[in-house]
Amino acid sequence: MLIQIAWRNVWRSKVRSLVVITSITLGLMLSIFLMSFNFGMLEQRERNIITTQISHLQIHHPGFKGDPKLKYTIGEGAATLDQLADQSSIKAFAGRVITTGFASTTKGAFGAQIIGVQPEKEAVLTLLEERVIAGGYFPNGRKNTILIGDALAEKLGYKIPAAEGDTAPTYNFRKRLILSFQDLNGQPISARFRVGGVYKATNSILEKTQIFVQATDLKRETGVSGWHEIAVLMKDPKDIPVLKQELISANPQQLVQDYGEVSPDLKFIADTFATTMYIFIGIILLALGFGIVNTMLMAILERTRELGMLMSIGMNRIKIFLMVLLETTFMCMVGGPIGILLGYMLVSIFNRVGIDLSAFSEGMGSFDISSQVYTYVPAEWYWQIGLMVIITAFIASLYPARRALKLKPAEAVRAI
Amino acid sequence: MNVIETNNLHKIYEGVVDVHAVNGVSLNIEQGEFTAIVGPSGSGKTTLLNIIGGLDQATEGEVMVGGTDLSALSNNELIDFRLNNIGFVFQAYNLIPVLTARENTEFVMLLQNRPKAERESRVKELLTAVGLEDRLDTRPNQMSGGQQQRVAVARALAPKPKFVLADEPTANLDSTSTANLLDIMAELNQKEQITFVFSTHDQRVIDRARRVVTLEDGKIVSDITK
Repeated sequence: MLIQIAWRNVWRSKVRSLVVITSITLGLMLSIFLMSFNFGMLEQRERNIITTQISHLQIHHPGFKGDPKLKYTIGEGAATLDQLADQSSIKAFAGRVITTGFASTTKGAFGAQIIGVQPEKEAVLTLLEERVIAGGYFPNGRKNTILIGDALAEKLGYKIPAAEGDTAPTYNFRKRLILSFQDLNGQPISARFRVGGVYKATNSILEKTQIFVQATDLKRETGVSGWHEIAVLMKDPKDIPVLKQELISANPQQLVQDYGEVSPDLKFIADTFATTMYIFIGIILLALGFGIVNTMLMAILERTRELGMLMSIGMNRIKIFLMVLLETTFMCMVGGPIGILLGYMLVSIFNRVGIDLSAFSEGMGSFDISSQVYTYVPAEWYWQIGLMVIITAFIASLYPARRALKLKPAEAVRAI
Repeated sequence: MNVIETNNLHKIYEGVVDVHAVNGVSLNIEQGEFTAIVGPSGSGKTTLLNIIGGLDQATEGEVMVGGTDLSALSNNELIDFRLNNIGFVFQAYNLIPVLTARENTEFVMLLQNRPKAERESRVKELLTAVGLEDRLDTRPNQMSGGQQQRVAVARALAPKPKFVLADEPTANLDSTSTANLLDIMAELNQKEQITFVFSTHDQRVIDRARRVVTLEDGKIVSDITK
């Protein structure tokens, strides 16, 4: 009967209850959507960084991370490579030779990170080949061919911006390019390269600074043997810890790091973001909570005489409290699930069609975020939000219930 | 046998000027009485009824209801005591607007955790007794004032109380409804020996009461049994 009374009481003032229910519904729906937008950006950023830059695991000479000198290599015939080749849990792995230097043309000289890659393996590992937008991906394996980013191509004069009336820019690869760097002995050397292709990256800073060459060319020019970095992409990220442990055990002289260790900001941003989202939802629910408190206080005030009667005829404090609690909970339990459901639907729609933010692609690119954001909310967040709504309902009912319990039946029953 | 005994009851409302609402009232009411407590506004009728009904506490004096000293009970015990021993009828009916006549009558028995079969037969019996057997599933806002007050009487009687306290029960009723209500209460009083205590200044109620206790300035000035 208590449940029946509480439920019917909710609908005594339909407009008022509907206003509260609607505000709960809209508040939750919009906060879930906003959350999904941020989760989507974050998840894409993490995926972009892993699939196009750092992969799941990286192996280095322990000295290389602190002081990236050419001499800190993992030997060509290291057991690590055989071990990786035997792993069925690995999707791809590739070795890299890495140095820094200058890229210069008649247009100027620019600092760059020069990465020597194994073209076939790198194409699977970081989708580098797919990201080529002009020219080719190390065409025919021709000697001293390089791949530069679109932004650097523009700075070095390879990219000719679209003229009026044209829809796309054009590229002129005839110009020779000089790469200057040090060899293994620290001697400065310059080598002539030909730009074979231009790639596009999600990170606009890397697009300006990373140059890819064939590892064989860079090894020949620098005299390096072996690899500075071996990157590994797993079929299933769940297998990372197992493989990492195996690699550490088998190669204690090498530094094996997962992507969280290679790029600590990934984990930091994910953790910070989760905390921020809890605070964000908390603020929304706090605002909703005050709305509920206000509505329930009005309801208590209007029903003073009725509450006085209930106390007079023998309804005890626990039941009065439960009645107020149930009324509040019912409002939240109508608005909450509808809000969560609508939020879920909105997230699902934009998860398929995405949100086009190409107008901000330049700025977003600096943070590895794609211009098309696909909304996403981890499943566990839905029930966590549901739980938070129930807790809000409970807390919001405390003050009105206390006001109800403080009524004196003899006075309340005669209230006007 | 006395159902209600008050001994030198005082109630003082403290304020800028203290108000002595009940001033030394000693009153015994026996099982089966049909008593009206009358007096002008401010004479202390409602305060006396509140104290007898365990809704308010006396500043001084003793209230015994069915042998229980109400001043010795805690708030929670008082709530239980009211639930099981006292029926209330209020001036403004005070039914639960979201419940039907049947549910309003049944409600107190639900609080008492009475079995469903007992509740159903008692509700039917009481609503038939007050002439509302055809309005069982009607909500208060679809009933007249007289009908609502009859439901209130049925609700007051539902838990089989030791007595019923009615605070100006006819104040909002027209003559016909008042006469009907008084007929029903008088019949229940005579047939089932239910004790009724009214506070009123309605002459129609006073005329029907078998005992009239008159209060003035918180004191009993007359106590007439007809």
